[in-house]
Amino acid sequence: MIGDKKAITERTIGMVGLIVALAAPLIFNAYWVDVILTQALIVGITAASLIFLSAYGGLVSLAQTMLMGTAGVMLGNMVVTKGGAGGETQGLNLGWDPTLSLVLALLGTTVLGLLFGALAARSTGIYFLMITLTYSVIGFYFVGQVTLVSGFSGIAGINAYTPSFIGDIANDRNRLYFIALGVAIVVYAAIRFLVRTPFGLALQGLRDEPVRMSSLGFAVPLHRTLAFGFAAFLASLSGVLFVWWQGQIAPGDIGIQSTIDLLVVAVIGGLTRIEGAWVGALAFILINNYVRDSWLTHLLDKVGIGGSFNTIIGLVFLVIVLVSPDGLMGAWDRLWGLGGNGKGEGPSVTSIPAGEKV
Amino acid sequence: MGNVDVRRLIPRLTVGFLVAGVVLYIAVIANPAPAVGGSWRTTTFGSAFHDWHSFMRTLLNGLTFAGLLFIVASGFSLIFGLMRVVNMAHGSFYLLGGYVAYEVQQKMAGSGYTIAGSNINTWEWVLPALVAAAVIGAVGLVVQQVFLRWNQGQELRQALITIAISVIIADQVLAHFNGGLASSVTWPGWTDRLVALPLIGIDYSLARLIVLFLGLMVGLGLWLWLYRTRTGMVIRAGVDDRQMTSALGVNIQLTFAIAFVVGSSLAAFGGVVGASQGAVAPGQDGQWLLNSLVVVIIGGLGSLLGAAAGSLLYGLVFSFSAVYLPTAGNNCCTQYSILFTFILLALVLAFRPQGLFGRFS
Repeated sequence: MIGDKKAITERTIGMVGLIVALAAPLIFNAYWVDVILTQALIVGITAASLIFLSAYGGLVSLAQTMLMGTAGVMLGNMVVTKGGAGGETQGLNLGWDPTLSLVLALLGTTVLGLLFGALAARSTGIYFLMITLTYSVIGFYFVGQVTLVSGFSGIAGINAYTPSFIGDIANDRNRLYFIALGVAIVVYAAIRFLVRTPFGLALQGLRDEPVRMSSLGFAVPLHRTLAFGFAAFLASLSGVLFVWWQGQIAPGDIGIQSTIDLLVVAVIGGLTRIEGAWVGALAFILINNYVRDSWLTHLLDKVGIGGSFNTIIGLVFLVIVLVSPDGLMGAWDRLWGLGGNGKGEGPSVTSIPAGEKV
Repeated sequence: MGNVDVRRLIPRLTVGFLVAGVVLYIAVIANPAPAVGGSWRTTTFGSAFHDWHSFMRTLLNGLTFAGLLFIVASGFSLIFGLMRVVNMAHGSFYLLGGYVAYEVQQKMAGSGYTIAGSNINTWEWVLPALVAAAVIGAVGLVVQQVFLRWNQGQELRQALITIAISVIIADQVLAHFNGGLASSVTWPGWTDRLVALPLIGIDYSLARLIVLFLGLMVGLGLWLWLYRTRTGMVIRAGVDDRQMTSALGVNIQLTFAIAFVVGSSLAAFGGVVGASQGAVAPGQDGQWLLNSLVVVIIGGLGSLLGAAAGSLLYGLVFSFSAVYLPTAGNNCCTQYSILFTFILLALVLAFRPQGLFGRFS
């Protein structure tokens, strides 16, 4: 059976990947561990929250970057003390206990996610995409304009205030790497678990047949709202890791550029499989790091197109959407001759019709 | 009156009270700022009762902004209504339109930097606007024919494709147009004055009134086109039932191409007007994509009337929330104006998710 062979190959690759990830500080240099791998893990978690919604709920959300940033901004406002590690930084400078702040930031973002989810829950497909994009842009302007909580300069010095069980991640970057790795594994496992529960199965049911599920008595908007809330929780985890990693957060981190970058990550990885989140994140960050000032950008100048890294990432994105809309994971599935939905996980999200009324 | 439908009543009451409260606040409750202190009743100008002129100016600012919103968003709505394509590059077309007009006007009359209004005659504004609309219309045609024609019905994929195109356009604008600097198109010299408005009693910028006029003209033009011509008839039929229309022997592909060209040209024309009113700058593509989205989500996708209503509501909320929020305390509250855009959106989504004039397909 091709399917069995594929599963074995994937497990093997997964195990090798995990071993390499665990031994990464021994294999790679400090720059690679901190900048490439840790960042890929964190971005991967945000992308996983997007892919979870698209693969199992049929909802492509552009609000995940904003939700990620919301957790970071909340945490920054709560933990930073005035005149502390960030200097005279923006924000409320509440100086609360780091553990309490951490819990409140995760909780607050999840509640916000539930609220946003409830508002968008009656829409699907392209409408959902548009509504969540509006959330994202409004979130950006809110954080930017309301100088009380951040303003355009943002909040700095956040990673100096971590709970004691997290430790000094501002200096011990390997520690942060392992924390991010642990969270990423838990997130992956949690999603794989959730989609096998009755809730997860119902979610996949209303992805494929919302009208039928509705007539069977399932509360469609409620399921979508809860799924969006769960995704917001995942995004909040990555938001906390992100501010610990970067130390600061500014509206630029959740602007439309970052929103689209995350979509690019998810699409490169593949919108139908969770593994794609980290595959896409690693690919994107590698391109970002090594193509930015390489022969490829100079080639653009030579052929008279001009432009920078973003033209290349746009072209890569365009080619992927044109050639393999399920991204690298979809291409991988097709390699095994099983079509885009190797695991019987339903139709490709890119073919979902818009806006059925439910 | 036996059984009042509570599910219908709640939204109406909520919206009713909210609107009544806001109107009351703006009309009479608000106070102008005292020398010291202030309260929740303190706003920049006080109520309409206190300062009629500022109120009228804010109203006119909202209306003129709505005119520009309508020009841009009607194109977005037209494309979606007919083809179910959410053109995420619409904001990029806006930006590109502004820059193309800037370059053409510089070629005609400029010397590299912002041109004084007195050096520009009507023709030197109209021609750049026409060139920009034509060029972006052609860009739109290429995008539609090359990237969107063969994957009709795959809406998400089409949205992703246009996002990719918008990423490329944004970077290319940065590389090729005026060093990626903010650039202004200059209005013709004769518009650069204030006109006294009778009855209202204020002087108001003629250029801004022209924006409103252009918005109305675009609306009228679109209405005549959609409701009084054969092409318009086919487009309306296509909006209602695409398959049936093409089964009747109509060349629906030609209609799609026409609608996409017109929609893209409208974005570009909006960009020219926006660049004349202020400036175009990199980053505004996202802002105008948001503006178009907000307008059509409020008004309902694919509806001309909806685009008008959405522009009007969004324009007014945008304009009034910037000026009529309480200003008590240091650096308070006007910064929260973005929240009102969100509240407007949330109300529509919660109570009428298809938009004011929209229908679910």
